[in-house]
Amino acid sequence: MSDGAAGGRTLKVVGQRPVRPDGADKVTGRAQFGADFHLPGMLTGRIKRSPHAHAKIVKIDTRAAAALPGVKAIVTGANFVLGEGEDIDHGEGATALLDVAINCMAREKALYAGHAVAAVAATSPEIADEAVRLIEVTYEVLPHVIEVEAAMAPDAPLLHANMFTKGVTPKPDKPSNIAQKIVMGRGDVPGAMAAADVVIEGRYETAAVHQGYIEPHACVASAGADGQATVWCSSQGQFLVRTLTAKILGMPLSDLKVIPAEIGGGFGGKTTVYLEPVALALSKQCGRPVKMVMSRDEVFHASGPTSGAVMEIKLGATSEGRITACDLTLKYQAGAFAGSPVNAACMAALACYDIENIALTGYDVVSNRPKVAAYRAPGAPIAAFAVESAVDDLARKLNMDPLDIRRLNGARDGVKAVYGATFRSVAFLETLEAVKNHPHYTAPLGPNQGRGVACGFWFNIGGESTGAVHIDEDGGATVVSSNPDIGGSRAAMAMMAAETLGLPIERVRATVADTTSIGFSGSTGGSRVTFATGMAVTQAAEKVVADLKRRAAQMWECEVDKVEWRDATAFCLDPSKDVKPLTIAQIAGRAARTGGPITAEVSLNAQGAGPGFAVHICDVEVDPETGRTTVTRYTAAQDVGRAIHPSYVEGQLQGGAAQGIGWALNEEYVYGPDGVLENPSFLDYRMPVASDLPMIDTILIEAAPNPRHPFGAKGVGEAPIVPPLAAVANAVRQAIGKRIYALPLSPPRVLEAIEQG
Amino acid sequence: MSRVLVTTTVNGESVEFLGGTRQSLLDALRDELRLTGSKEGCGTGDCGACSVIVDGRLVCSCLMLAPEAEGKRIETIEGMAVDGHMHPLQRQFLEHAALQCGFCTPGLLMAAKALLDKNPNPTETEIRYGLAGNLCRCTGYDKVIRAVIDAAAELRQAPDTKKAGAAR
Repeated sequence: MSDGAAGGRTLKVVGQRPVRPDGADKVTGRAQFGADFHLPGMLTGRIKRSPHAHAKIVKIDTRAAAALPGVKAIVTGANFVLGEGEDIDHGEGATALLDVAINCMAREKALYAGHAVAAVAATSPEIADEAVRLIEVTYEVLPHVIEVEAAMAPDAPLLHANMFTKGVTPKPDKPSNIAQKIVMGRGDVPGAMAAADVVIEGRYETAAVHQGYIEPHACVASAGADGQATVWCSSQGQFLVRTLTAKILGMPLSDLKVIPAEIGGGFGGKTTVYLEPVALALSKQCGRPVKMVMSRDEVFHASGPTSGAVMEIKLGATSEGRITACDLTLKYQAGAFAGSPVNAACMAALACYDIENIALTGYDVVSNRPKVAAYRAPGAPIAAFAVESAVDDLARKLNMDPLDIRRLNGARDGVKAVYGATFRSVAFLETLEAVKNHPHYTAPLGPNQGRGVACGFWFNIGGESTGAVHIDEDGGATVVSSNPDIGGSRAAMAMMAAETLGLPIERVRATVADTTSIGFSGSTGGSRVTFATGMAVTQAAEKVVADLKRRAAQMWECEVDKVEWRDATAFCLDPSKDVKPLTIAQIAGRAARTGGPITAEVSLNAQGAGPGFAVHICDVEVDPETGRTTVTRYTAAQDVGRAIHPSYVEGQLQGGAAQGIGWALNEEYVYGPDGVLENPSFLDYRMPVASDLPMIDTILIEAAPNPRHPFGAKGVGEAPIVPPLAAVANAVRQAIGKRIYALPLSPPRVLEAIEQG
Repeated sequence: MSRVLVTTTVNGESVEFLGGTRQSLLDALRDELRLTGSKEGCGTGDCGACSVIVDGRLVCSCLMLAPEAEGKRIETIEGMAVDGHMHPLQRQFLEHAALQCGFCTPGLLMAAKALLDKNPNPTETEIRYGLAGNLCRCTGYDKVIRAVIDAAAELRQAPDTKKAGAAR
């Protein structure tokens, strides 16, 4: 891979693998996560949840709970008064405020088993648990609907009487569970299908899966007597938590300070609020701090998984393998409120390929499941399961190599995606090439083994970010940003600042600030932090360098353009001056005499994130007696632009692949006939453990640095979860000689397929 | 909830606390002793984020009652570094970037230490099974396994550093 040059510069820090700034705290148990805060007088908050999938809340009697000694506050839906609400744009899609509020605390109806209906705060966890038990809720149980196509049926139980399908003209006269219909495309699909030499069809299904972050949602809320409040919480965006919490409770944003804790994984699932408005409402009622921590059971029941889906695909191609047409219908579960990622899925589904005729139809469908939340490349892995399986079938039918058919059709610079973008500086073909040349691709396979490849695309986003750089009096630097560090972003921020300032990485410290200590930033999501916040930090460091040069010029009494900045030292290029170079420490030490503190803060709205393309190879071995599938070898390649800290980029590829393998093989939300989730634990919701996986080899493609980023970075976190579903499924297809169209490929399902012959 | 006086040894120090008869050791460590390095990811012994070593045995502290700690010798993540010096496992986790969010890391480190205390030269497969009780959702385990392999090699070269971690 290339190394060392961004725009002709020699890089000293970017591209290296230093220890992350927050590392020592995280290996010694000192790092403070969401549940690790204690305040004097703190109460424990607990939530009462609906046992029913769909029920009218007739009455909530809190008298017995309120009479229990030690109970200090009780809230129900009646305490959350909100009008029509509004949409909150947080970069990666908009959130309907009213839906978020009702999801935090039900009003007239409980819309899924686990929906919050009341909450208490008490002086001990035991008393809080007892108080929850004493709250009496009278329900009128309503018919429920769980599966997406059942929810779309005309006679399905309705969740929302005021939901009329958007995107259909004329506006429907009857409400339905279809929140939105999306249509996009181009060209003449029926004509191209009719003219195609080969047509491949398939109907695919995926199950709802959870992000599976190991840290449950947690917060501490403390309301002051003057109306001002503080929330400590683990989230992917302290500013988003502030906005949602304050607006749900009708507070001015300036009355709420949100302090970010370390975050124990999110993967998109912590881009909303569940507990924070409830904890703060309880705290306001009793004037004491309230801590709330979800149990794992609550995380599964009531926080957002991502959609399960049903998909129908039809591909048309020439006998040479050129794909001429694709017709794809995506039906996505949204959970109990509108907002599945089906729109993004439509946009991303075919972005890997240059296809002339495209017809995409998407349905956003509510049912009595928890409201979905973002999950890493939201929507794209699901759609890619259908598309990449179909492309695999096409290659098989034409007796073509599966990588060759993808190269033949692959997106390259100048290709226009169906969602409007024209690709620039993409290295998808180089990524395919690298995979083909990797020894994994030609390694021999044993009996009952199969190999699959699949590709993935994610847009990546930029958006609003703020970064600040302060030069300390001794010439070191402090980098302040406002994005929770979910996977090593402090290291990337510190490295980009160090590179720009010319400092060794050890002299730069990076911190994540609360909502009162730095300008606004969008959330940590969409793989935007290294790109957008990194851009803000780099620009702030550049401003600081300009200021340092100005100060050196002032001290030397020379022109500023006669000052060169190199290795954190100012060199005087004016031959008439007989002066020694000034180090950053020397300039910083005399800052008071040259204009005061040396600092810069940059806020920006970053554009041009640069999409990510991923190509994965998966080998599996299927046990013909049990149907158990074991991944025996895995390689993940990706167009990363430039890796700022290659170890953490590799980590994103490996982690995304592992999550995708779990999605493909084992993970699923299982519902009983009563509409209640049957596997809300890590025992029964089976995520990959160390003994389930092989080493995951990575290939970082740096052939096309992102021209919009100072060091060429593209977002890397999302794309790696897109290919694995199909890569695993294609490998199983080869191993057992038969395609299975539904995930997960759990042992019973695979065994059934084998036995059917 | 009734409480009982529990006298135990945590990271080499004798401590006393009032443990609830229904309180888990994890909750006692976190809420009574304020040792919040051990994490709760599930409370049912499935994720391993609360892993501690009790009398040399790896346990999920969420599955053990606080009063059961009476007279035991407990090692938690807070005692792994000695006198400000990190254990080779801790250093190798950092060198290998074997953590992303870091939430499962204390439990993984304790499980890895328990493994290496018993088996100083484990194969990759033995490490994978030794850590199979610890869920990590960020890393895909690759760098975790490599860090443990390298820490084991380091400990075999200089076994004193291993004793330093256990002596506390």
